[in-house]
Amino acid sequence: MPLINKESVKKRMGTRLAANGVAKFLFILATCFSLLVLGVLIYRILSEGLPYLSLDFITNFASRMPERAGIWAALLGTIWVMAVTAPVSFILGVGTAIYLEEYAKKNAFTKFVQINISNLAGVPSIVFGLLGLTIFVRLLGLGSSVLAGGLTMSLLILPVIVVASQEAIRTVPREIREASFGMGATKWQTIRRIVFPAALPGILTGTILALSRAVGETAPLLVLGALAYVAFVPENIFSQFTVLPIQLYNWTSRPQEEFHMIAASGIIILLIILLIMNSIAVLIRNKFHKRF
Amino acid sequence: MSRDKTNQKSIRSMIQENKSSRSQSAVMEKVVPKIFLICAIISIFTTIGIVFTLLTETFTFFNRISIVEFFTNTRWFPFTSDENADFGIIALIMGTLTVTAIAMVVAIPIGLAAAIYLSEYASAKTRKVIKPILEVLAGIPTIVYGFFALTFVTPLLDKIIPGGISIFNALSPGIVVGIMIIPMIASLSEDAMNAVPNSMREGALALGATRFEVAMKVVLPAALSGVIASFVLGISRAIGETMIVTIAGGSRPTADINVTESIQTMTAYIVQVSQGDTGYGTTIYYSIYAVGMTLFVFTLIMNLLAQFISRKFREEY
Repeated sequence: MPLINKESVKKRMGTRLAANGVAKFLFILATCFSLLVLGVLIYRILSEGLPYLSLDFITNFASRMPERAGIWAALLGTIWVMAVTAPVSFILGVGTAIYLEEYAKKNAFTKFVQINISNLAGVPSIVFGLLGLTIFVRLLGLGSSVLAGGLTMSLLILPVIVVASQEAIRTVPREIREASFGMGATKWQTIRRIVFPAALPGILTGTILALSRAVGETAPLLVLGALAYVAFVPENIFSQFTVLPIQLYNWTSRPQEEFHMIAASGIIILLIILLIMNSIAVLIRNKFHKRF
Repeated sequence: MSRDKTNQKSIRSMIQENKSSRSQSAVMEKVVPKIFLICAIISIFTTIGIVFTLLTETFTFFNRISIVEFFTNTRWFPFTSDENADFGIIALIMGTLTVTAIAMVVAIPIGLAAAIYLSEYASAKTRKVIKPILEVLAGIPTIVYGFFALTFVTPLLDKIIPGGISIFNALSPGIVVGIMIIPMIASLSEDAMNAVPNSMREGALALGATRFEVAMKVVLPAALSGVIASFVLGISRAIGETMIVTIAGGSRPTADINVTESIQTMTAYIVQVSQGDTGYGTTIYYSIYAVGMTLFVFTLIMNLLAQFISRKFREEY
């Protein structure tokens, strides 16, 4: 009598291999689903938005008539807000990262700051809007201004920049720091002339990606009271403003089909801006990234 | 001769200069860490600011509306005269949970399947193509997803579902929130599975297991803490998601579960109030802080839970 029943082994092996094949097919299907959605989304937006896309669309102000509506105010509003957000979040984020990586001692306080940052990253963006509304708009009396919006956005993306900068600083090897110390440089000189330049590509990549998130963010600025209908361009950081996503929200929430079309045109502009920002980030990462 | 003198002089002045710059740099050495410390403290102040503003304004709200009514009333109907107004958060919580549940039904199986495919089946080349596409999907602003939900998914569902679907409903934003979360679950779960050492896979394969069996019986159990943590983080994201549910979910808070009808989530209510012309100091104005506080607590619990799971149940190899 044979010890192994070849028939039954063959049969079981067959089902097991079949299960493997079916599972693999399902897994591929699931992965393709995401790609399919992305394709449909882009196709829909292009097919609806391209007909309305023109130079006038970019340079016109918002209008009650869809054919004359444009995104000029929103586009400049976004640029104004980013002009506040970029320097504030960069300085705060990189400062925090340098403190945590270079100066902080391993104690309870440092651990607390680190945990705090990772928890801040998980706070819904609309809650940052409530924070900005209370602190910047009301308490500091900034009103629904570019400055209030920019500062709120800075706090929102701060955790992302801190984490990215920390990772970038950590990749700078100990040897080149020690070489710098060996030449007689002080700690600050080493950070300023050795560590920071070496980590800069990583920091910049992280910052640009964080800013591109801020460009697409709608909810906090809506809560702050950024206007939905604006026919003027911000003059200074105390002006009222609107941003691109809020303008798009305004158009999307109108019932008329035409406004959905121009919302799609606006989305194309928004996606192009994000694409450019992401390309710059990737370019910096690939071009200036040094392996030590 | 004269050249020598100038040389001497310049050396002396160089030493002098060096000394002054050294004292200057000594000052810098002391001041710079303090400046960076202030940067780090600002992040703590942000958290304190969030908790403080939410707490004080919520407190004012609870002085007007009893906390018991807030958590037991099932009707949320604030835009009426003060006596008739209902502030029962359950209606908004149910809206939020309905959307979240639908989102997770979409995101968990698809995200996990994509993660398994990428980490266990795909070649390095395929992975190199698919991962950036998933990143693109993750980087699309939520306003765009909202537009997609309202103008594409809702009409599509209207055709598919017998009896149709109202223009604002829970199903469409739920599905789209799920789609938005897929890349997050996929990439976090894939990271967890990638951390499982190859020797374990090879051991199982050598025993005659198929790839599917390796994935299900070896890799997934080993990476379970990270995978579950990614689900919990996904839930947290879905709860806090604002624009998709505001655009496509409508503004009719209800405690009944009917996915084809209009609902309102906590986030959508906050947007609705800040879009209207509600005066500062009214009960409705304070109500957005009470809702924001509830939202904050929900997401905080989820985030802490995710951290706890991935720390506590991690298997080290």
